Amino acid sequence: MASLLSIQDLHARVGGKDILKGINLEVGAGEVHAIMGPNGSGKSTLAGVLAGRETYEVTKGSVLFDGKDLLGTPPEERAKAGVFLGFQYPVEIPGVGNLHFLRTALNAQRRAKGEEELDAMDFLALAKEKAKLVQLDAAFMNRSVNEGFSGGEKKRNEIFQMAVLQPRLGLLDETDSGLDIDALRIVAGGVNALRSKDRALVVITHYQRLLDYIVPDHVHVMAAGRIVRSGGRELALELEEKGYGWIGAEGAAAGKAKEARP
Amino acid sequence: MSSTETIQELTRKGYQAGFVTQVEADTLPPGLDEDVIRVLSAKKNEPAFMLEWRLKAYRHWLTLKEPTWQAVKYHPIDYQAIRYYSAPKQKPKKDSLSEVDPEILRTYEKLGIPLEEQKRLQNVAVDAVFDSVSVATTFREKLYKAGVIFCSFSEAVREHPELVERYLGTVVPFSDNFFAALNSAVFSDGSFCYVPKGVKCPMELSTYFRINAADTGQFERTLLVADEGASVSYLEGCTAPMRDTNQLHAAVVELVALDGASIKYSTVQNWYPGDAEGRGGIYNFVTKRGIAHQRAKISWTQVETGSAITWKYPSVILKGDDSVGEFYSVALTNHRQQADTGTKMIHIGKNTRSTIVSKGISAGRGQNTYRGQVKMLKSAANARNYTQCDSLLLGDECGAHTLPYIEVKNATAQVEHEASTSKIGEDQLFYCRQRGISQEDAVSMIVNGFCRQVFKELPMEFAVEAQKLLGVSLEGSVG
Repeated sequence: MASLLSIQDLHARVGGKDILKGINLEVGAGEVHAIMGPNGSGKSTLAGVLAGRETYEVTKGSVLFDGKDLLGTPPEERAKAGVFLGFQYPVEIPGVGNLHFLRTALNAQRRAKGEEELDAMDFLALAKEKAKLVQLDAAFMNRSVNEGFSGGEKKRNEIFQMAVLQPRLGLLDETDSGLDIDALRIVAGGVNALRSKDRALVVITHYQRLLDYIVPDHVHVMAAGRIVRSGGRELALELEEKGYGWIGAEGAAAGKAKEARP
Repeated sequence: MSSTETIQELTRKGYQAGFVTQVEADTLPPGLDEDVIRVLSAKKNEPAFMLEWRLKAYRHWLTLKEPTWQAVKYHPIDYQAIRYYSAPKQKPKKDSLSEVDPEILRTYEKLGIPLEEQKRLQNVAVDAVFDSVSVATTFREKLYKAGVIFCSFSEAVREHPELVERYLGTVVPFSDNFFAALNSAVFSDGSFCYVPKGVKCPMELSTYFRINAADTGQFERTLLVADEGASVSYLEGCTAPMRDTNQLHAAVVELVALDGASIKYSTVQNWYPGDAEGRGGIYNFVTKRGIAHQRAKISWTQVETGSAITWKYPSVILKGDDSVGEFYSVALTNHRQQADTGTKMIHIGKNTRSTIVSKGISAGRGQNTYRGQVKMLKSAANARNYTQCDSLLLGDECGAHTLPYIEVKNATAQVEHEASTSKIGEDQLFYCRQRGISQEDAVSMIVNGFCRQVFKELPMEFAVEAQKLLGVSLEGSVG
């Protein structure tokens, strides 16, 4: 069966600097992949490129989502096709109500699919149900988007949005950063509830800790813009034990080997 | 498409009220002298005191110089090239709407302001001013029963001269400034409202101003008096056809809130802003001021999206003890529009309180200046002011300026001022788009969020209209 997400030899740069240097990755529906790696290895850049952030320039390679080219489409079209990015740093939008924002997003996506828009009442019922997943209360939902939220609230809000939007591919960019252990459990619980055979999740994290709660099917290690190791869950445990030091050496070696090829 | 391009695209969308209505008009030739004022006054069958007042104002105006302190640039205005009176030809008095020229009724309908009784906005009485004269006032009977007088200014001069004579010029004297003096000399019409003691006006009042004829100036005059303990909410809207030449609009609004009275005055100003290159558009030079007596409250809310140049400072003189003044403003400048706007809060009475919330949005090559004065006189013990000025920039060719003037002569008075300037962020836009919201909708959502504090002060029926207007006005130019 064809992959839901198929990344071939992806290269990208930011501000003239090459960050991604040949990513290859296949993610099937129903799978959970973890991408790990040291700071600066290109994990967040990969998520940004997949979501369509304009500051990243793709210089080479291709990405197919559900068999269709993803890179040529604007971010909103990718979202409508079912790509969701859980932001590492969710943005504040003063004066725009959290629920109003999310309903606008959901209805834009529903329109794109030819579905009827949800009215305020139906949407509220849906939102209340989904908010339980990450233990958000009603008062919180009526505040402005992320304004004055704590770090943990922002991350819960991201997962809440994912639960409402029901994407086919969830890219979670360091969702665990800045969370204490209780918040981490809540967020992970929310993510686990969203695992399904139709949905793929790519979990980007620096720490294996998150993977105790969200158990991945596949683990990939990035270094210097490439995936240098792929394996099962045990790879994450190995990283936990040894740290990223050995990866750095291996990654550099892999890079050199590639450049040395005729 | 990059976000910059989208913002540019957004800001390019046209002005939607720019059509011209073909009606026969009774128009004076261009130019201004005492004879023109006499003719004008005679055409309106005004009592002698009115003509006298106009002539005094005119003579004073001749001694004044056009102000130059404001941060706007324009070519000198030739006051002799302006027509000071233009009225659609019709019977002078409208006993019913059936006597109003159907072309004019259609104009208002096109603008979304149906004047016909059955189609009116729920519970909003409308006075429509077409060029220089009021063409229709709706709901007058219901208001009359409540004791509220709401009519065109011309009618008020004829039918309630004692009220007009008593209050006219008491808040904005004709000697106030250059444009106020000009207005006092030549004002043609406007709205008048009197709410008697203890009466809560049973509906929203609204005046809709339309400039139609070419080369005319519109000089309307509005006078609102809320007697002791009375309250009223009033809204004005404005549009004009698209023309290559600039047209002058110099209005005066006076509000009188007697002891314990409350006046809420909302403006949605959408005069023609000129084209993307800055050709044409209305010069909106307006003097608006209210006086609040004891425990009275005056609240100004304005949404200014139109006009080539906006020059206005709706102000409150907090004369009575415990009186309250408020100013909530959204001013948007796009393309080459210029706005120099703000407020004055003059605290005279004890325990007086004022709040200023100003939201300036600059796009294209628009220039937006907040100019505000807070003055605490010696007598203003325990007076308080809170000012918040926020500027939002869309693109990098526009400008935002904040010029607060604060003067405190009583040590027990408190003044707070907060200001911020931000740029609409790529990050915010990307966040919205990543959720499936189009760039266009995202810009409008972010801008509306920025303005929410002000929009929530508008009467419900108009808050939605203001949001839409903001969307349309943004369509265009941010580099």
